[in-house]
Amino acid sequence: MSPEFIIAAIVTVVGLATPILLAGLGELITEKSGVLNLGVEGMMLMGAICGFAATAATFNPWLGILSAAAGGAIASMLFAVLVLQLNSNQVATGLALSIFGTGLSSLIGNAFTGRIVPQFGSIFPDALAKDPIWKLLFGYSPLVYFALAMVPLTAWFLKSTRAGLILRAVGENDHSAHSIGYSVTGVRYAAIAFGGAMAGIGGAYFSMVITPMWAEKMTAGRGWIAVALVVFAGWRTGRLLAGAYFFGFLMWLELFAKANGFGNSLPFLQDIPSQVWAAMPYVMTIAALTLISSRGNVGASAPACLGKPFLPST
Amino acid sequence: MTTLNRRSLMKAVGAAATLSMVGTAARAEDKIKIGFIFLGPIGDYGWTWAHNKGREAIDAALGDKVETIYVENVAEDASAIPLIRDLANQGCKLIFTCSYGYMEQTLTVAAEFPDVKFEHCTGFKRADNVATYNSKFHEGRAVLGTIAGKMSKSGTLGYLGSYKVPEVVLGVNAFALAAQKQNPAATVKLVLIDSWFDPPKEAAATETLINLGCDIVTTHTDSPGPLQILEQKGLFGFGQGADMSAFAPTAHLTAIEDIWGPYYVQRAQALVDGTWTSTDTWDGMKEGTVVIAPYNAAVPADVVALADGVQAGYKDGSYDIFTGPIFDQDGVEKVKAGEVMTLEQLATIDWFVKGVESAS
Repeated sequence: MSPEFIIAAIVTVVGLATPILLAGLGELITEKSGVLNLGVEGMMLMGAICGFAATAATFNPWLGILSAAAGGAIASMLFAVLVLQLNSNQVATGLALSIFGTGLSSLIGNAFTGRIVPQFGSIFPDALAKDPIWKLLFGYSPLVYFALAMVPLTAWFLKSTRAGLILRAVGENDHSAHSIGYSVTGVRYAAIAFGGAMAGIGGAYFSMVITPMWAEKMTAGRGWIAVALVVFAGWRTGRLLAGAYFFGFLMWLELFAKANGFGNSLPFLQDIPSQVWAAMPYVMTIAALTLISSRGNVGASAPACLGKPFLPST
Repeated sequence: MTTLNRRSLMKAVGAAATLSMVGTAARAEDKIKIGFIFLGPIGDYGWTWAHNKGREAIDAALGDKVETIYVENVAEDASAIPLIRDLANQGCKLIFTCSYGYMEQTLTVAAEFPDVKFEHCTGFKRADNVATYNSKFHEGRAVLGTIAGKMSKSGTLGYLGSYKVPEVVLGVNAFALAAQKQNPAATVKLVLIDSWFDPPKEAAATETLINLGCDIVTTHTDSPGPLQILEQKGLFGFGQGADMSAFAPTAHLTAIEDIWGPYYVQRAQALVDGTWTSTDTWDGMKEGTVVIAPYNAAVPADVVALADGVQAGYKDGSYDIFTGPIFDQDGVEKVKAGEVMTLEQLATIDWFVKGVESAS
């Protein structure tokens, strides 16, 4: 394996990992506030179409990204009103948001099927971005660097800022946070909106970076992987980053194993049916979850109020 | 356009995954109704888009005698049964179910409505009122393989497929055999992604095939995503199901287009005339069901001549890519020299030819 081969493989893995990392970071903040939003898939699709539509209209990818974030956030506000104002069931409402986002994005997308926009690729000069070696550092869309920068930022926000502390307090014990004067509902609105915006940007990675086009249901279930990733990471940002790239690696491994056959070096692997490779990311999730929970870490790290409606005693 | 938007809006606010809406092209009580069950949205730019073009061909040719209605986004599970039944209850006299996965559902409803005729696409089970029809997509793959074998510099070709079903196996084999006629050393790296439609996975698989040395990648999945990756890398590929050159003006060498219109019109006419019978139709290039899109300017004249030769051969019956000798991946002779594989053998094929590299 040449260095060029390994670098090209890493570039593919980064492409697979980035959208689920973006959406996962948003969902992590939402869940840290005590709200379980299963609507990530729908919000990603809303972001994908809003980003694509704005780029197609203005030819400005930065406006496209803003529009994607707004699209995801607006979709998440429908969910927020239902679960925060009307105290509807979070699981059922999140599922409804996924279905709604899928349908609404298809409706908006009707006018954009068959169109293309310029790829929102690397902003570095081609000499760096397309060089077989230097593309390892410079060959990515700005969204990749944004996602990587958001990991320490999110960690810092949660650990070291007052706002992060309040957010965690709301997620761990909403009644205590309420009794000392914090607006539980207000904090959760903000957390849900952030989750929606990040999912929207993650969705735009599909429609503006990987394949700059619009197609119905083009996220193909990545939103669900992002939800699983947050649990997989035990609600920790560092593990979320590692998990996203691990998932990306497993998805790449499936494709590499199929294309290359492993047959030359490890002939016995040739007999493994392709479906086993396709199932691998999910099998690994279950395995990791089992491992983590058997050590008692999952229960300890899940926000205590996750999924519960806040009903202040008046 | 208004009906389309209203229908989509209802789908969005209806918030039900399986909710599908019936579109009505025309209303007249005295016209014979013909129904369609579609797998995807009619705007998918691939499989369902092509079938809907076929439906529109009926409207254009026989619009004064028949009216067509359709249901889109129908899952290939038990939920298809009430939707097919609904079309029959609405008075459809002929119902096309346009995907392999509706086989048992079609037969179930057909047994309940002996007076209604059914047509099941790509299936093999028939009844007195159930016909089957299919397309020889692999004839188009032979043309693509000819072009790829001649144009590839590395001799390593990529094939991105969905599932190991006869349609895909035939496509892979036709592509590989045709490429080897131009370059005996040509090999085909095969990736089956276990989905018909997953743009990010199709894109990653294309990148991986390119990284493994493929300079031409053909796709047997439904999105134009792989072509966009090839366009970014300055390499070449082909459209699947429809002309996808808008997505990749340089990389798109040509495409296999599915043309269902002539068959649909012929069957609708038979219904109107009262001459409809249960048949098994497997048309190809000769009948105009498989059509090769215009070639890109990047295809040199001598390659165009070779590709046109394959097309002409299929049209006059002088060419068949499945003519022996054909060896499988392990080098076992499956078809003897001079023999041609029968339709029966083609319909049930489950082995890849020599030179196809795959994990399983």
